[in-house]
Amino acid sequence: MAFKFPSDEWIKDLARQLNASPSYEKSAKDWEGDFIFIAEPDKTYPQEAYMFLGLYHGKSTDAAMLKSKDERPAQFVIRAHAAVWRKVIEGKLDPIQGMMTRKLKLEGNMMKIMRYPKAAQEIVACCAKVPTDFGD
Amino acid sequence: MWYFVSPRIVFGEGALDALDELEGKRALVVTDANLVKTGLLNPVKDHLDKAGIEVHVFDQVEPDPSVQTVLKGAAIAEKLAPDWIVGLGGGSPMDAAKAVWILYERPDLEPAAINPFIKLGLRQKAHLLTIPTTSGTGADVTWGIVLTDTEAQRKMGLGNRENVADIAIVDPQMAAGMPPRLTADTGLDALTHAVESYTCTWRTDVTDGLAIEAARAVLEYLPRAYADGSDMQAREKMHNAATCAGLAFGNAMASMAHATGHVLGAVFHVPHGRAVGLFLPYTIEFGAREAPERFAQMAAFTACSDKGGEKAARKLAEAVRDLCHKLGSPVSIAETGIKKDAFEARLEKMVDDAFNDTQIVTAVRTPSFDELRQLFVYAYNGKSVDF
Repeated sequence: MAFKFPSDEWIKDLARQLNASPSYEKSAKDWEGDFIFIAEPDKTYPQEAYMFLGLYHGKSTDAAMLKSKDERPAQFVIRAHAAVWRKVIEGKLDPIQGMMTRKLKLEGNMMKIMRYPKAAQEIVACCAKVPTDFGD
Repeated sequence: MWYFVSPRIVFGEGALDALDELEGKRALVVTDANLVKTGLLNPVKDHLDKAGIEVHVFDQVEPDPSVQTVLKGAAIAEKLAPDWIVGLGGGSPMDAAKAVWILYERPDLEPAAINPFIKLGLRQKAHLLTIPTTSGTGADVTWGIVLTDTEAQRKMGLGNRENVADIAIVDPQMAAGMPPRLTADTGLDALTHAVESYTCTWRTDVTDGLAIEAARAVLEYLPRAYADGSDMQAREKMHNAATCAGLAFGNAMASMAHATGHVLGAVFHVPHGRAVGLFLPYTIEFGAREAPERFAQMAAFTACSDKGGEKAARKLAEAVRDLCHKLGSPVSIAETGIKKDAFEARLEKMVDDAFNDTQIVTAVRTPSFDELRQLFVYAYNGKSVDF
């Protein structure tokens, strides 16, 4: 069964994939910082969506779809059009390159993320494992 | 979408003459004391004199330049108000010059805050000119800066596309006096830039040609430049190759040989070019097990093999090892003189650090933690990668 992106089920499955990944656990063993991923509306998804992903010391502590960006605090907010998120999830856009070209817009300490490149790569690898329905 | 940034490059014999036409009032040359002692500053000064530019020199750049040094350089720039900053030397002085320039233009910035995601707004007070005196780092044309925070004892990878030099003067005469060992080490660095920028996942159509030509030239001319430093044809080809490789990896990326070489260098003080060149054949073999195509293409372009697939890719690794043999460079970690017990005692830290080096993410085959550890062990023993 595929999970619609973006959705509560999708982000929860990503958290499950991360918690099952020894590579992610190893590469993010010192990481502390929660994320909110914002999918900006486009033709595949008509309204702005907010997904919270709690991350602490190599594990996902929580994951949920939010009603607004301000519903929960997060150290990092990454914003992009749904079509850009799709490219990241399908491995067609490296997230760090995405941030360098501003296709993915980050609020938060970029340099902290740059110190964990392997963890970022493992998150993308886990995204690819989530069976995803992009609504097309 | 991606970018290609480059200075205006003046290259070839006599390139230094271009300084005669430089417009400006005052230049601060950022370099090291050894370079001043060898006399390499003199022709630069003479040419700047001809251009009517007043020359000041900051020659306190150490190998692996520190944050403290560049802050000192920026304070001197602030007092002198130069309209040119000139980076003269190998990678360390040129990186220091970039940082001095940025901090002179932006005294509000902490060095650690120089990153690719902000607008710097440079070129309000001065421009940057680079003159490489080694043939390897490519720092004359790249925007990356490596500084060491000596208080926190850590290296910082900094830089922003804006801080690429305005002009790079790539004159082979400036590298003609390099001793053989430095020629070999820096040349292997250039080869690794070329191979990795062509084969990493961030490779681009725009940089591929530069990478191929650089690799081909290094394989052909580095043994000659090493054997006979007065062979000016070999010197010129190597100097140009280093700049081409710098353009290639500065606009694409380096990869796993750099990630592993960085930590070997940091832990055991193996010179950068020697360390990355040592790892290169192992990382080629590792990548080629699952994704041989790009390595095989490079092997074909550099005349190591006319066939495709993993066998051809491994020919490229063999060619790198052959080159190292010709240069008297180590092809295993053991050959660098590092004792096995010292290596084993630091192995977990090295694997851990390499795993979190930015350049590991561009590897064409992503290693697991265990695979990376195994690669270090194979590299220690000089065993070709078979996993």
